[in-house]
Amino acid sequence: MRALLFPQWDGLWVVLAWNALLVGVFVGIVSVVGMMSIWAERKLAGHMQSRLGPNRVGPVGLLQSLADGLKLMLKEDLIPQGADRLLFRLAPYLSFIPPFVALIVLPFGPQFVYESRLSVGLFWILAILSVEIMGVILAGWASNNKWSIYGAMREACQMVSYEIPLGLSIIVAVAAAGTLNLVELGHLQSGGLHTWLIFRNPFVFMAFFVYFVASLASNKRAPFDLPESESELVAGFHTEYSGMRFAFFFFAEYTAVFVVSAIQVALFLGGWNDPFGLLGQWYRHAAAAPRGMEIFWINVVAAAIFSAKTTLIVFVQMWLRWTLPRPRIDQVLYACVKVLLPMSCVLLLGGVLWEYFVPSRLGAPWFNYQPWNVYQWWKLAPGSLLTQGLLSLIGLGVVLWLTAAMLHAAITGRGLQKRLTDPEPLG
Amino acid sequence: MNFLALTTSTADWSAAAGVTLFYLFAALSVVSALSVAVSKNIVRAAVGLLMSLLGVAGLYFLLHAEFLAAVQLVVYAGGTLILIVFGIMLTSKSPFSHYEPKTREVVIAIGVGMVLLAAIVGAILSGPFAVVGVETEGYPITQLGQALLGDYLVPFELASVLLLAVMIGAAYLAKSRRRES
Repeated sequence: MRALLFPQWDGLWVVLAWNALLVGVFVGIVSVVGMMSIWAERKLAGHMQSRLGPNRVGPVGLLQSLADGLKLMLKEDLIPQGADRLLFRLAPYLSFIPPFVALIVLPFGPQFVYESRLSVGLFWILAILSVEIMGVILAGWASNNKWSIYGAMREACQMVSYEIPLGLSIIVAVAAAGTLNLVELGHLQSGGLHTWLIFRNPFVFMAFFVYFVASLASNKRAPFDLPESESELVAGFHTEYSGMRFAFFFFAEYTAVFVVSAIQVALFLGGWNDPFGLLGQWYRHAAAAPRGMEIFWINVVAAAIFSAKTTLIVFVQMWLRWTLPRPRIDQVLYACVKVLLPMSCVLLLGGVLWEYFVPSRLGAPWFNYQPWNVYQWWKLAPGSLLTQGLLSLIGLGVVLWLTAAMLHAAITGRGLQKRLTDPEPLG
Repeated sequence: MNFLALTTSTADWSAAAGVTLFYLFAALSVVSALSVAVSKNIVRAAVGLLMSLLGVAGLYFLLHAEFLAAVQLVVYAGGTLILIVFGIMLTSKSPFSHYEPKTREVVIAIGVGMVLLAAIVGAILSGPFAVVGVETEGYPITQLGQALLGDYLVPFELASVLLLAVMIGAAYLAKSRRRES
């Protein structure tokens, strides 16, 4: 990206300064994403429970997380007497660093990637996120507290079991795409809605949902937040933490939520591409004949689209958190081992067989099809195209239905009028 | 903008960074491996093992073996090690399980370690090691997959049968224990 923006600058100091700048940007992303997610989560929770949520600090409470951060920094840093001091201090960093490192391969745009050449990009993210669990387990263990240890043990068995359906459902999509590189995945899906991998074949379509459930569980998001279930374990693995160490766990959690949703977007939902394939077409034109800052602006638009899609997934995760009750730990493990695992195995088999038997084209933009040219239709593998079209219609239908439901609620004012927090006139 | 370029080009800089990172990762893995051997607290030893594995993964990265590095993280750091710690948590009686090795055990362990070290050093010194440049533009992961499911299909499947047998055995043990109680 540096070569793109400043082609004439090179040398040791430029590279050093550039990398320092990028590290700063990533730290900024992590903290802003964390703060905004916490604010959004509290606001959403308030809305769903007929409360107001944070609304005192800044406009609509936007600066609440900043104020909380300040408070947490000033708090006393407690370490329990019986704790293993070294591991207790190490644990927050162990769980904070991996999601941060995973950001380096997230494709915000064709060039907006820190490391675009990593051929195992997707697998790398999975690998680095699997280290994060260690931080949680150590936190629970080092606290020397039965609630914490219960939380840590739940986390361990939950994570180890949910990693399998997570990985298998990713493989279903990767088998359809044929690459693990996240930038290539973005280019593959640049031809419009029907080329997005989720609409590629029915098995990837199902794998999308398996991935979603497994990613909720692996991020210990509700309804799978058993490691910190407040009603039984006080606060689970971070019961003993206070101040900034406590905040590190929260930043880690929300960054991991962002990263996992971003993988979902990059892998299934077309990455940085818009539904009409226009950005991909624009990029191909611009890459063929570069003009000034055009590619830079394409990347900016791409980053906006990518972030918007990721935010949508994060929103759905929060929505579920405040909607669903929490299952027991045996139910959680039952759902993984006896439901999701066989399901993802079947999906993998089906997806691979589909790729083998159904000839298909991936990546052709829709405006390159010529409906009046029957010969071309035949050549474009109509079976696969039909499936992609049908699945796209189903997906569009679901999205439109949800949007319509929300619009209806917003227009008719249903659910907004009878808020308990609305002041009642006295007398 | 030439004044910013100094004399060092980007290639030299990244080579220097590579060397620095090599020593960093090597030191990380060696020091934490040592702490695994020395530490008397089992969980701390496990954390030392984690750090050591992370250091080795970093070394793989520097060698442009990204797939191997990721596998190292998933299988050892993210899988095996968590199972180890999980096992300690489930079985230990005291909050921080300490391990006091007997003198005889220490002597035997050091002896075995020395023999192994001598064998490895001897092999490295006598073996013909040619310096071969690595392919920097992407790791041929496709070739790896084709080799695993092509030329090496039988060992691959045998390994999975072995794992299946282990799983069935574990399930059988868990079931029979429940019946007794």
